[in-house]
Amino acid sequence: MTPSFPKPRKSARTAAKPAKKSKVGGAAEWADERLGLATMAKKNIRKVFPDHWSFMLGEIALWSFVVLLLTGVFLTFWFKPSMAEVTYMGSYDQLRGLHMSEAYASTLDISFDVRGGLLMRQMHHWSAMLFIAAMFVHLMRVFFTGAFRKPRELNWVIGGTLLILGMVEGFSGYSLPDDLLSGTGLRFADGLVKATPVVGTYMSFFLFGGEFPGDDIVPRLFTVHVLLLPGLLLALIGAHMLLLVYHKHTQWPGPGRTEKNVVGFPMLPVYAAKAGGFFFIVFGVTALMGALLTINPIWQYGPYDPSKVTAGSQPDWYMGVAEGLVRIMPGWETELWGYTLSWNLFIPGQLMPGVIFGLVLMYPFIEAWITGDKRDHHLLQRPRNAPNRTAFLVAVMTFYAFGWIAGGNDVLAVIFNMSLNQLIIFLRIAIFVGPVIAFIITRRWCISLQRQDEETLLHGYETGIIMRSPDGSYSERHLPISADTAYTLTARDRDEVYELPAGTDGNGVAAPRGPIHKVRSKLSRFWFGSNVQKPTREELEAAQHHADHELALHAAEAHPADGHQYDGRNDIAGDELRKH
Amino acid sequence: MVDPHLPVPGDPIDNPGLPHHEPRPTDVDPAAEKRAERQVAAMFGLSAICALLFCVAYFAFDIGEETDTFMGLGASNLFLGLSLGFALLLIGMGAIQWARKLMRDHEIVEMRHPVASSEPDRTEALAALTQGTADSGIARRPLIRNSLLGAVAMLGLPAVVALRDLGPLPGDALERTVWRKGMRIVNDVAGTPIKPDQVEIGQLINAEPAVFFATDEEGEPVIEGHELQAEKAKAAVILVRMQPEDINPFPARENWGVDGILCYSKICTHVGCPISLYEQQTHHVLCPCHQSTFDLANNARVLFGPAARPLPQLPISVDDEGYLIAQSGFEEPVGPSFWERGE
Repeated sequence: MTPSFPKPRKSARTAAKPAKKSKVGGAAEWADERLGLATMAKKNIRKVFPDHWSFMLGEIALWSFVVLLLTGVFLTFWFKPSMAEVTYMGSYDQLRGLHMSEAYASTLDISFDVRGGLLMRQMHHWSAMLFIAAMFVHLMRVFFTGAFRKPRELNWVIGGTLLILGMVEGFSGYSLPDDLLSGTGLRFADGLVKATPVVGTYMSFFLFGGEFPGDDIVPRLFTVHVLLLPGLLLALIGAHMLLLVYHKHTQWPGPGRTEKNVVGFPMLPVYAAKAGGFFFIVFGVTALMGALLTINPIWQYGPYDPSKVTAGSQPDWYMGVAEGLVRIMPGWETELWGYTLSWNLFIPGQLMPGVIFGLVLMYPFIEAWITGDKRDHHLLQRPRNAPNRTAFLVAVMTFYAFGWIAGGNDVLAVIFNMSLNQLIIFLRIAIFVGPVIAFIITRRWCISLQRQDEETLLHGYETGIIMRSPDGSYSERHLPISADTAYTLTARDRDEVYELPAGTDGNGVAAPRGPIHKVRSKLSRFWFGSNVQKPTREELEAAQHHADHELALHAAEAHPADGHQYDGRNDIAGDELRKH
Repeated sequence: MVDPHLPVPGDPIDNPGLPHHEPRPTDVDPAAEKRAERQVAAMFGLSAICALLFCVAYFAFDIGEETDTFMGLGASNLFLGLSLGFALLLIGMGAIQWARKLMRDHEIVEMRHPVASSEPDRTEALAALTQGTADSGIARRPLIRNSLLGAVAMLGLPAVVALRDLGPLPGDALERTVWRKGMRIVNDVAGTPIKPDQVEIGQLINAEPAVFFATDEEGEPVIEGHELQAEKAKAAVILVRMQPEDINPFPARENWGVDGILCYSKICTHVGCPISLYEQQTHHVLCPCHQSTFDLANNARVLFGPAARPLPQLPISVDDEGYLIAQSGFEEPVGPSFWERGE
């Protein structure tokens, strides 16, 4: 500090002179001398995040996870992960005096004898649902917009793994209270494990510490639920976020937004306030849900008893598909040389989840192989511009929806007064046929939307003004779209169909034309063949020239068409109609 | 750096560049700005009040045996949740309002950098890797490399073997139940033995083996705790009575019932849920978990659903005092299928 210097008037322009240090500056200096953070901070404090509502979906998942950690820690203070038998002496009348596990008794205590305990339990359960639902929707957003493409494939794989782990974490969580419903879920898990070929019986005995239900499963699941899986989730979420920061967020194409830049608001202050504020909103909404919406009222179910079950027993919604697949599977079982293979469980319960998740995790690599696209992509694609990708996910969603319906078939049959058997037979067919139909419709729908985009680009938008020409024919007036809209519509890559390489290379070696290349070429043709490519500059100019000519013709008419005053090109101030 | 707004060859329209910034009302109107400022501060202030209300609700409302209620809802849970919810929501809404109305809203542009490292960096990293590998001599000394790989692979064995004590070996546990010749079939709630004339046609009784209710000399239950749960998971049965002429037993099972009373395992052969939805007109029983349907008049064969095997049947008769008893244990394992299960 040199007090003799006059205080600089414009500190920003006279950075060379030592300005009076602010408090923030002092603290930052103290920290940097010990941690050396300035190099990293200078790039990240004003890091740019592009703005779009759909970029918020992953944030819901992130903040729900934080709410889960906070409420979960609260619950562990009272929950006793033990299956030792106790006599319940708590506040809930209907169950007092009953024998039950300590796990169930302590969950009742949290619900009835700890102030705020029920709130935290319900918030924990609701945020778990939000966490998984948000991950699902976030995954769909990333998929539909092609945000998983190079260089983000690995982050896609991390995200998919997070979803799987989140679902297992959810199952291990709702199995802990040891009530009748969660015990029924574990009974199902036991049956599923036992259906594993060769080692199933051993796996079941090792998992449950003996014969189902044993007295080990709750403490074991507790360790998995509060230590193992949250640890993995936390590490993977960290990796997911680090990669997000390193890759920089994708953005929608538009005026000024290119593959080479990222346009948006700076982290400090706008995103810090928006994202930080959003954490409080997610937390607050969860608290309101915990206050107003009862979830998993375990006191109504009673303690677990393997000889009892209630009609309408169902898992949490995200397990509904696995449940549905198991329900509509025919009862196939093979017995060979005294060994039993339960296809009725092995296929829907073990094979199918593996296949579906495998397909989803591998998708970026499969698509890149078909398209042969090795470029980096930072601009998002509209779902219509990738018809097969969009149609693929819609087909998967259709499959999922039928599986989900099947998971609640008993409830649906009762509500809609249908035959349960007919519903199941319908679903057995629909789950195969439905996705195919959905694929075809979505694909054609996307292509139609592409054609509409091309129409709009070349011939302008439909004004809704119908013109009658002097010779009596009617036509709809089209008007050109703005330059920004036109640019946004054309801001996409041209698709290139992968052609079989012909002939030989420089060394006289024949180009690869093996069957795998033929398949790839066919797939690529199917993938891109029907797409409408954006017009060339010449085509666009020719079309615009044509439109200008038409406009000029109309302008030359003595009386411009009525209705034109509202097409955004005329001054409507003082218009009589507008005043009403 | 390439100017991103230069025309891209083949693109029909040149990038028009960022649209210019439109000011918000709060940027140009000091009154609007002041109003937004007051809104944000009011939200933060209300949040603080809600936080205080949470503390008031915590101490004001009773839980436990005599709970306070409000409109039929637990007052404590309701007001704790509402006050906490609004305390949090108002902070969030205030912060977002602040960002949207008052913080500078000029979009800024940041250039992207290639995700991959630069070519010199790659070369250097590869050279370092090569040098390091060469220094270790791992390529030149396959003996060391292979023995190390073998040793590390062998570590998998302790990792697996150490888990051996997670549970006992299955043995024949899944193939036997507590049912024995002569064991009484008792009501599953009270444990009272059942006489045939207590079972009416069309009725389904949830039953269990008498041993679940038996006590030893000191009055302690013979089976209790998780052992009882495990045995229940296998030994629970259902008793049904139908017109004897409706029953079509297998030839070997003709004397397995008593006057139209039949006894089947209650544990579904699919994944082991207790089945209990009985349709007395058709003699069908339905599993509430996955809707497998069994025909009790026809040896409990599967009519529909994902189960593959009929429910095992327990042969029954009556003892000297006229109570229903088991003729023997089950002849096959009950419950879900497993690999070693054979005929």
